[in-house]
Amino acid sequence: MTYIAKPKLRHPGIAVNRLGFTHRDYEGSVSTLCAGCGHDSISFAIIQACFELNIEPHRVAKLSGIGCSSKTPDYLLGQSHGFNSVHGRMPSVLTGANLANRDLLYMGVSGDGDSASIGLGQFVHCVRRGVNMVYITENNGVYGLTKGQFSATADKGSKSKAGGSNLDSPLDLVSMALMVGATFVGRSFSGDKAQMVPLIMAAMSHPGPAFIDIVSPCVAFNNHAGSTKAYDFVREHNEAVNRLDLMEPREAITVEYAPGTSEEVALHDGSTLRLSKLAADYDPHDRIGAMAYLQSRAAAGELVTGLIYMDATATDMHANLNTVDQPLNLMSEKQLCPGSNGLDAFNAAHR
Amino acid sequence: MSPLKPVNDFVVKFANINGSGSASANEMFARSILRMGVPVASRNIFPSNIQGLPTWYEVRVSGKGWLGRRGGVDLMAAMNPQTWDKDIAGIDPGGYLFYDSSKPIPMSRLRDDISIIRMPLTEISNAAYSDPRQRQLFKNIIYVGALAQLLGIDHAILEQMIGEQYKGKDKLIAPNQQALRMGRDYARDNLGDACGLKIEKADAVGDRIFVNGNDAAGLGCVYGGATVAAWYPITPSTSVAEAFAQHCKTYRVDAETGKHKFAIVQSEDEISAIGTVIGAGWNGARAFTATSGPGISLMQEFLGLAYFAEIPAVIIDVQRGGPSTGMPTRTQQADLLISAYASHGDTKHVLLLPEDPKELFEFSALSFDLAERLQTPVFVLEDLDIGMNDWLCEPFTWDDSKVYDRGKVMTAQELESGKIFGRYLDVDGDAIAWRTLPGTHPTKGAYFTRGTSRDRFAKYSEEGAVYQDNMQRLLRKFETAKTLVPAPIVRRAREKAKTGVIYFGSTSAAMNEALAALENDGVHMDTLRLRAFPFSDAVVDFINAHDQIFLVEQNRDAQMRVLLVNECGIDPARFISILHYDGTPITARFIISAIAERIALKSKEAAE
Repeated sequence: MTYIAKPKLRHPGIAVNRLGFTHRDYEGSVSTLCAGCGHDSISFAIIQACFELNIEPHRVAKLSGIGCSSKTPDYLLGQSHGFNSVHGRMPSVLTGANLANRDLLYMGVSGDGDSASIGLGQFVHCVRRGVNMVYITENNGVYGLTKGQFSATADKGSKSKAGGSNLDSPLDLVSMALMVGATFVGRSFSGDKAQMVPLIMAAMSHPGPAFIDIVSPCVAFNNHAGSTKAYDFVREHNEAVNRLDLMEPREAITVEYAPGTSEEVALHDGSTLRLSKLAADYDPHDRIGAMAYLQSRAAAGELVTGLIYMDATATDMHANLNTVDQPLNLMSEKQLCPGSNGLDAFNAAHR
Repeated sequence: MSPLKPVNDFVVKFANINGSGSASANEMFARSILRMGVPVASRNIFPSNIQGLPTWYEVRVSGKGWLGRRGGVDLMAAMNPQTWDKDIAGIDPGGYLFYDSSKPIPMSRLRDDISIIRMPLTEISNAAYSDPRQRQLFKNIIYVGALAQLLGIDHAILEQMIGEQYKGKDKLIAPNQQALRMGRDYARDNLGDACGLKIEKADAVGDRIFVNGNDAAGLGCVYGGATVAAWYPITPSTSVAEAFAQHCKTYRVDAETGKHKFAIVQSEDEISAIGTVIGAGWNGARAFTATSGPGISLMQEFLGLAYFAEIPAVIIDVQRGGPSTGMPTRTQQADLLISAYASHGDTKHVLLLPEDPKELFEFSALSFDLAERLQTPVFVLEDLDIGMNDWLCEPFTWDDSKVYDRGKVMTAQELESGKIFGRYLDVDGDAIAWRTLPGTHPTKGAYFTRGTSRDRFAKYSEEGAVYQDNMQRLLRKFETAKTLVPAPIVRRAREKAKTGVIYFGSTSAAMNEALAALENDGVHMDTLRLRAFPFSDAVVDFINAHDQIFLVEQNRDAQMRVLLVNECGIDPARFISILHYDGTPITARFIISAIAERIALKSKEAAE
């Protein structure tokens, strides 16, 4: 919980980014999740991504709903404002926050219970609206805090720890995000930091609705034989379509996989995304192709990971609404109130 | 029964079919009387339907300026065969029936204690026009022309209004004016002086304006500095959001760039709408939603979050008939309790209770100051009667020296200077803590907002003492709210009175008239008009100063009585409830008879 502060001791040789921040400056409180929880690896990847991107921690707003995943914003970016809202409703709160101040980086952290069940409506509508954000679901197929019920992303036939079998069809948030207009869609695995960090960095550099589904095994309730969200199962069935590498002026992250064909994509903030294709016929700029590919691999029992789709020309909700450049929360009565003169015309028109 | 012959004091009711284009013709009729200098109060009684069901428009003409519903009908313009029998039955004895006589109506379906005015409207319209839509629309204008002639409304006023209404669509002016003349000429040549009701020019309107409450609320939100609106369509609140959008287009588009100093989101439901408002409020923008009862039901969980996490939010609730879908196009004051105590757990919320569009304009603007000062949701509880009817009220005014009260928001400079920041720490003694906005300072002032219990420095805590400390502060904050919300308005009777009357909201118009009539009959009562919850001490003093209190409400369960009893610790027996909840606006006649009946009963009991 947040009352556990981390010690301030620092290793003298700790790396410093362009802003003079160390990794520690991007950390939050000590995690209260179970030892070995995939969510903590994701928190670490987010911290790493912010560090690499030289983001000022206080210029990030981190929002979440309710659940294990939704607790994690507390465990990262201690200098950022956080908002742990109500179950399944983080997308609407994030939408409002973004409308109030377009200049911050908005990160929504959610889970499969929070986003695929109670919050499915808010999730798709937030994406539909083109909110500029990084929306991450930490997907473990299970309700952890209430001790092991299936969530809506659990595969049909998947076994629960208590021995039950899931009877309902799974809901795939990645397909759904593609369908409703996300302009950046990725999937990763909490056990694959090399894939997660550049994917999150690229999402943070994306000027529109960016969604990443990260399969994150629940060590307490969903990491047994018969579960399709267990570490072993995901490792065996993971099919990465590409490896990415976001190149910033500072230094590139080492790519651990041998690149096949390579493609470079310029991003809005001046950085470059280098895509190393692993599946030779995969085109991450083809939304319909991506949807078809996802379905075909899913039918073959494979979990597609990597950058699944990106529209490099994306815009956002503020562009759609044609709002002013200045954040709305900074506007004064001088800018907002038409004053008594404005009422003269109104009164005259109503006589 | 001799025919009624009042001047500038009668009720005209139009019975129409929804979607037949009657609304704009009827409204023109009402406005033309205002242009004669005679006050009117108009009310639309409409179905939850787009086309085909019955709809009525009532115009109360009152030279004395009474703006509530009076009750009763003196002239019925019966244009809807579906409701014929009921409409005829509703006419006061000595009154008038005006109807389309193109098809014969058997005498058995008429009455012999009223005057009948026949006009073959369909025949006249069909002879003049061939297009079916035109036949329908111009028939409405023809009857307006005829009624104006019968009542003595200056024809030139109507012609001028047509010119104003269709300015920019000039080719519509001549045909509309032609239809008006057709009506006028027929009435002049064939109906003579069939109607004893008369409008005479007066000077009783002054510079007042004729405006509906939802328009006023939308404008009030512009004036109050709202930049974010999130809403979901629901009758009768939809036109609040639409008015806000329209006024933003007029007043909030940057002249140089054409960009918008506002953001409006039509949400996927009311839950999302209030979530977006709370997100924007958390991040320092003035934000509101407009909804009605079912929306308030859906928003409960979020309202509890905003109360507990202390986030400003404004909710404009246009109350309609409940429960459930209830009567979506009828009026009530039945969302008091669900708003005052919205959400699970111990909560209390600020309510503002405007009496008419003018006060609604002011309260809508004020609500943002209160929400940011108190860091809590503020409800503006209007109703369908105020919201969707045109009301004659004083012109809107604005004090240009007014500065928005943005409440306690700590700046980067203040944080830098070492000011102590505890998000839930009461440093000023008013139980309102300071907040910071995201992105303010690189190393100071960040905190984690949550719906779970936390200590004064926003750290998670489930300790009982810490939780209670916070809950007690929230109660004290509500005490501060009492000093900030609009005070009640007390009026003393001409003579010393032992009886008091408490009322609020749209009841005002009918109440003013009822009180004057009762006072003329020697019934003297002091009155108190509630304008907000929480109740200030003045409310308790007023109740204690009177032997008995009539409490007039437009709901079944006396919800305001529950609130007063509960919040002020008052003996329930001290209140006599006058309840009107059939979905139509309360009338002066209803209040007069209800109060007179109870007073008579009391004196009878005393005599026995």
